[in-house]
Amino acid sequence: MDADDVRRAVWRMAHEIIEAEKGLDGVVLIGLQTGGVPLADQLAEALKKIEGVDVPVGTLDVAFYRDDIGLRPVIPEAPSHVPWDLTDKTVVLVDDVLYTGRTVRAALNALADHGRARAVRLAVMVDRGHRELPIRPDVVGKNLPTGSAEVVDVGPDGVTIGDLVPPPGSGPAGPGRPA
Amino acid sequence: MTAHLLCVDDLGRDGVEAVLKLTDSMVEVGRRDIPKVPALRGRTVVSLFYEDSTRTRLSFETAAKRLSADTMSFSVSTSAVQKGESLRDTVLTIEAMGIDALVVRHASSGVPWQLAAWLAGSGVSVVNAGDGWHEHPTQALLDAYTIRGEHKAGSLEGLRIAVVGDVKHSRVARSNVFCFAMLGASVTLVGPPTLLPASLEGWPCEVAHDLDEVVGEVDVCYLLRLQQERMTEALVPSLREYAATYGLDLARAQRLPAGALVMHPGPMNRGVEIAPEVADLPSAVITRQVANGVAVRMAVLFHLLTATAEREVRLDG
Repeated sequence: MDADDVRRAVWRMAHEIIEAEKGLDGVVLIGLQTGGVPLADQLAEALKKIEGVDVPVGTLDVAFYRDDIGLRPVIPEAPSHVPWDLTDKTVVLVDDVLYTGRTVRAALNALADHGRARAVRLAVMVDRGHRELPIRPDVVGKNLPTGSAEVVDVGPDGVTIGDLVPPPGSGPAGPGRPA
Repeated sequence: MTAHLLCVDDLGRDGVEAVLKLTDSMVEVGRRDIPKVPALRGRTVVSLFYEDSTRTRLSFETAAKRLSADTMSFSVSTSAVQKGESLRDTVLTIEAMGIDALVVRHASSGVPWQLAAWLAGSGVSVVNAGDGWHEHPTQALLDAYTIRGEHKAGSLEGLRIAVVGDVKHSRVARSNVFCFAMLGASVTLVGPPTLLPASLEGWPCEVAHDLDEVVGEVDVCYLLRLQQERMTEALVPSLREYAATYGLDLARAQRLPAGALVMHPGPMNRGVEIAPEVADLPSAVITRQVANGVAVRMAVLFHLLTATAEREVRLDG
């Protein structure tokens, strides 16, 4: 996906959210640190253009809720910003890549500490498969079959796939092939 | 590898910066309706206090609880220490119960290092909550965090900080001087020669004996408690004379540059090192220090107890 593909996917995802929620009443977007944060902003911008509504946008860092604390260095990127009680809101969790589902599991627990949401939806730019938990997205930019030795990167220039460990002699793992 | 926090130097500048950054996230947790996260579920933090303390002990226990760790508290007066149990036996007994961190305060300098040596290989992290006249690293961290948050500069780089009063008996002074200097501040100790340590070799600071000369040009005026309980001889002529010479009264507080902070580690002797009305000025951020104490100690516990394994696991998803 190049930058234009991503922009078009955001536009479609915004429409799908409006359609599924029958409007934007009580809807809040929460981007997961770090990759979900810019995507949540882009979605909010698209929703504003389509419906003329300013949807509140928050950010969530799930580090303190992860199940791999102590197994690897878990360091929060930035403080969460959820300055509202989520009770009776419809929360759209936004992330760049859905993979094992463990980040989303942690996010669901984190959200519960901010009130009892009416519903929680999941919007992701890329679903790359390999789920380890019973979690599925509601809104997807692109389904992208990958191997577990690959890295998916969603950046301002689009989506790329690289190798987790670069093949010998191919230089450092960097921007991979376009996806 | 087991991580300890025995002195500020253990962390190094990168470690200090990491803990202060982590503290931002802990402050956010503390602001919530339910100020608790499951980060340290299943871990046990023991506080072992051989000296009286209100704020430090409660602050560590609150910090551990907000991270969902289990806490055990030990106070000397109700323990088997009264039956003559040695420090080593006490510590090994507690360790045998299966714990993850030991927060220790002791009147003798160096005790946390001794505990860390006895506990080598056990996987227990030792946190120094004040040893004698030596170090009190979490106080230094919370003070640095408070200055960063409350001073308009937003950083300690280039700030002029006066640490005033009973430096000799103060573990806070030592930890703070090293921590503040590490973060780029220029530190001046102010006090009568009798209340300064015999040697200041290796201390990254200047020394002054006249508060009035210093007070007009500091960004932070950090007052130390006059520790009368540790004084075995007459080091000041009288409390009144000490207050007149080295106390921050209203007249001196008014000479501080605009935006300067007044700080004190507590408990305050109002009317001695700090005048009652000065302690209540808006520039006095003393209760802010206490509030930040919980968040900083959460950051320290999280930093130490999650730094034990560095197995490579996929990050995204």
